[in-house]
Amino acid sequence: MLALKWWKILAIILVLYSIIGGFLIDVPKLSILYETIRNTYFHVTLWFAMMLLMSISMVYSIKHLSTPTQQNDLIASETANIGLFFGVLGLVTGMIWAQFTWGAFWVNDVKTNGTAITLLIYFAYTVLRGSVEDDEKRGRIAAVYNIFAFVMLILFLGILPRVNDSLHPGNGGNPAFGNYDMDNTMRMVFYPAIIGYFLLGLWFVDLRIRLKKIKQKLTAE
Amino acid sequence: MINKLNLKKVIIIVLLFVSNFAFGQNVEMADVMRANGKIYVVVAVLATVFLGIIIYLISQENRLRKIEKELREEN
Repeated sequence: MLALKWWKILAIILVLYSIIGGFLIDVPKLSILYETIRNTYFHVTLWFAMMLLMSISMVYSIKHLSTPTQQNDLIASETANIGLFFGVLGLVTGMIWAQFTWGAFWVNDVKTNGTAITLLIYFAYTVLRGSVEDDEKRGRIAAVYNIFAFVMLILFLGILPRVNDSLHPGNGGNPAFGNYDMDNTMRMVFYPAIIGYFLLGLWFVDLRIRLKKIKQKLTAE
Repeated sequence: MINKLNLKKVIIIVLLFVSNFAFGQNVEMADVMRANGKIYVVVAVLATVFLGIIIYLISQENRLRKIEKELREEN
């Protein structure tokens, strides 16, 4: 076939491992959760991948402000796009999980609501990009907005759920990565899965950036 | 940009977490499903679907690479 870059192959291996290991490896036996604890490998990892992508997006937005290049702008926008895609998937999978453990698709949890707001903020980012015609202006405005959006993400997903009561583990005094929720066996699948989905996301970003560059080349001719 | 990320370090840290097993209490899990061996069918199906999607992704990657090559040769 073709020579794929090593990190793309790693992405395939890690996600495949998380699918196989995620179903077959022993998990802690907890009531309420039962086997749905395995969703940790699929739902939570999406959020981690999203946050990593959004962090990269923010870094490249700062880079774009100090040295405005087309490449910086492209990376910033496409990582945000794919991050948003993962975020939507995370929200939907979370809703399904909530229905069967918390009893409703939407429970007005601080973190769930915060997530909805964060996703809306990032949707606004894509709308903002689409509404400015001039390339240079769009890059700069989008970069400034993107930094603001990332601060909001940290606020809504990282800070507010911790100072208020939330049903999510790790918030409102609930332990997250303590021994109650996750043992070392789970971590064996959980962390590789995060890296796998993150790399898979970078693969999508890679494809989108290359497509955009081709498009620009064709319109320039 | 992606190659710059120091992924090897991250992977090493992850591998450090690999250690012993833990035992649970008597909560009813899908043990029967696993004992029957039927869970393997589900895992096999999921893995196949995932690999199918990946093969599609790779074919798109190939197609894109060809176009990139053509554009480079034109210029």
